[in-house]
Amino acid sequence: MNAFNPVDMARGSLGDAVQDVVEFRGETTIVVDPARIVDVCLFFRDTEGLEYNFLEDVAAVDYYPQEPRFAVCYQLYSMIYNRTLRLKVYLPGDNPRLPSITPVWNAANFQEREAYDMMGIVFEGHPNLRRILMPEDWEGHPQRKDYPLGYEPVQFSFNYEDINRLKPYAKE
Amino acid sequence: MGIAGKLGNLGVVTTTLETAVNWGRTNAMWPMLFGLACCAIEMMSTQASNYDLSRFGMELMRPSPRQSDLMIVAGRVTRKMAPVLRQLYDQMPHPKWVLAMGDCASCSGVFNNYAVVQGVDEVVPVDVYVAGCPPRPEQLIHGIMTLHEKVKGERIADWAS
Amino acid sequence: MVDTVDRDLAGEEGVIDSPVEETWQGTVDELKGLVSERALTGETMLLNMGPQHPSTHGVLRVLLELDGETVVSCIPDVGYLHTGIEKNMEAKTWEQALVMTDRMDYLNPMGNNLAYCLAIEKLAELDVPERAQVVRVILAELTRINSHLVWLGTHALDLGAMSVFLYCFRERERILDMFEMVSGQRMMGSYFRPGGLWRDITDDFIPTLQGFIDDFPSKLHDYEALLVENPLWIDRTQGIGVLTPEDALAWGATGPTLRGSGINWDIRKAMPYSGYENYEFDVPLGEHGDVYDRFMCRMQEMHQSVRIIQQGIKRLPKGPFRSNNRKFVPPPRAELGRSMEAVIHHFKLWTEGFKVPKGEVYIRVESPRGELGCYLSSDGGNRPHRVHFRTPSFVHLGALGKLGSNAMIADLVAIIGSIDIVLGDCDR
Repeated sequence: MNAFNPVDMARGSLGDAVQDVVEFRGETTIVVDPARIVDVCLFFRDTEGLEYNFLEDVAAVDYYPQEPRFAVCYQLYSMIYNRTLRLKVYLPGDNPRLPSITPVWNAANFQEREAYDMMGIVFEGHPNLRRILMPEDWEGHPQRKDYPLGYEPVQFSFNYEDINRLKPYAKE
Repeated sequence: MGIAGKLGNLGVVTTTLETAVNWGRTNAMWPMLFGLACCAIEMMSTQASNYDLSRFGMELMRPSPRQSDLMIVAGRVTRKMAPVLRQLYDQMPHPKWVLAMGDCASCSGVFNNYAVVQGVDEVVPVDVYVAGCPPRPEQLIHGIMTLHEKVKGERIADWAS
Repeated sequence: MVDTVDRDLAGEEGVIDSPVEETWQGTVDELKGLVSERALTGETMLLNMGPQHPSTHGVLRVLLELDGETVVSCIPDVGYLHTGIEKNMEAKTWEQALVMTDRMDYLNPMGNNLAYCLAIEKLAELDVPERAQVVRVILAELTRINSHLVWLGTHALDLGAMSVFLYCFRERERILDMFEMVSGQRMMGSYFRPGGLWRDITDDFIPTLQGFIDDFPSKLHDYEALLVENPLWIDRTQGIGVLTPEDALAWGATGPTLRGSGINWDIRKAMPYSGYENYEFDVPLGEHGDVYDRFMCRMQEMHQSVRIIQQGIKRLPKGPFRSNNRKFVPPPRAELGRSMEAVIHHFKLWTEGFKVPKGEVYIRVESPRGELGCYLSSDGGNRPHRVHFRTPSFVHLGALGKLGSNAMIADLVAIIGSIDIVLGDCDR
């Protein structure tokens, strides 16, 4: 079976769902409309000649203070033709939502939960969208750019006593 | 000094009892299996045949906190894990000691951020801190020896009250 | 704590509170989708296989729904070792952030370094000299042997074979001595740097390595003699935890977990990096996808790693150990006395760090657990804008719900051991 060019096939069949194509360092990135991400993924998985049957990675990125603020990158791999593809969707800063692709690949289950926990992106249709890495009652989404790192200032001799007084040492 | 002097002054008996009890405690201190991260692998290496921990009486790593004396906190303690750590510490019966193994347990090490507790002494009281990332087995054994010295110096007045 | 308790579901008051409240911190509604209805009425028991457990290989919490000894459903709860490494790396310069990657998958520190360095080198288009590439391959394979030895020791320990644990750690000490020779540290070396290696390998490294490699196959045969045809081992591992190839692909399994089900995919063969295309080695495959096949895959992989290391030792060329691109790599100390540009480069690198051009890349390497991917996004500055690691243990734990259902508790221990999870890798 011959491998078809994913960009041409996508532009031909998906039409306006494809917003942009970027080629950088030998990798192809197709920017897609977020509302139609499930159709796009099904297209890439099931079409003969493309057959991207493996989801490698779901990475969420925060481009604060640019708008659109969030991006989710799906890294796809075709074991049959041995090639990779990245699908990228851009999401607005307030209320970022997009459909979940767990119906297409089950591997997205834990990865989307992590994107929700760390960045606050809501995946509609996810079977179990809860916090996964942080405690259940944590407030805030840690990997956002406006969330502080939360570091404790380093204790030098000039501020040692001040920090020591505030540190919650454990009693017996 | 005659027998009467020794019988009258019970100081001799007390000191010998302390030494005996502390000797018993140090030579058979059972650690609790509390390996969290990379330091746990070095703790397992210390347990294995090259740097043998069983020559110090510590070959039995007890998973149950009710049966152990020493909690070696090996690895980084995160905010999600801290309540679990405190619950396990509370379940250990007296006498109990805590050894903070590695930089992450002592002072959060490389990770100065929202997710890691900045030193496990915020959660449980620590007796000995062992530095290193991860500490070599020799460093851990030195830490255990230091703890033994500390235990040998304990007096009845402290723990019998 | 349970906020809303659905009293209609319980036959009488109080039946639903005790099994759910102690082990589940969310609401009962959230639990309904994850466990069967029998748990909510109290017919099956909800048991917490807690974060502190001798057989969970770290701080993994698994919520089990038990019908006697059979696990009806199992829900893994991860995050007890989440260290915020990805966010912390955004606050450090590119080379400072490298040190944090060691501590992610702590049984494969050189592999983590390799993934991150390859990603920087792809983004910045840095060349890596041949000598550095060969040393990287040798050390990556040594790390693979290291990791498989710990896996074998702990897996066998969980299933009751305790002497294998002591033997494996004896071999590990020899490998750790070699790591200490090159990088100064037993485990977290941070030896691979963008552009090559931190410093050249010492003179006694290759003879020690040769001695170890000549010795090691006989030790591997000892371990195989203990376990491979052992009827107790076979009873406990064959037919347990079967993962079909379709499920493996759908759930994102990689590495020996995928190859145990018969799918031939190894990143070192499919998309080679760091010169792997020049080495001859086989990729062991399983057939049934059970615990035994994954075990055999990893044992055979150790043999193949020995082959690769032997070829690497023969191929090792003389030459520089790090790139010459002074925008990224500091000049050697001797040059600082002679050249003004060297001083300027040294100053810029030590105060500000190097700048990587804007863009995003994704690099994958074959870690002992599976595919370790590094997604790197740069905004042109001296700090990473976004680093995301696709770690195999995280993805495999997503599949644990599927693997663990309808197994016995004792078999669940064998299954968790066979997918070889490392919680630092999972939670980062």
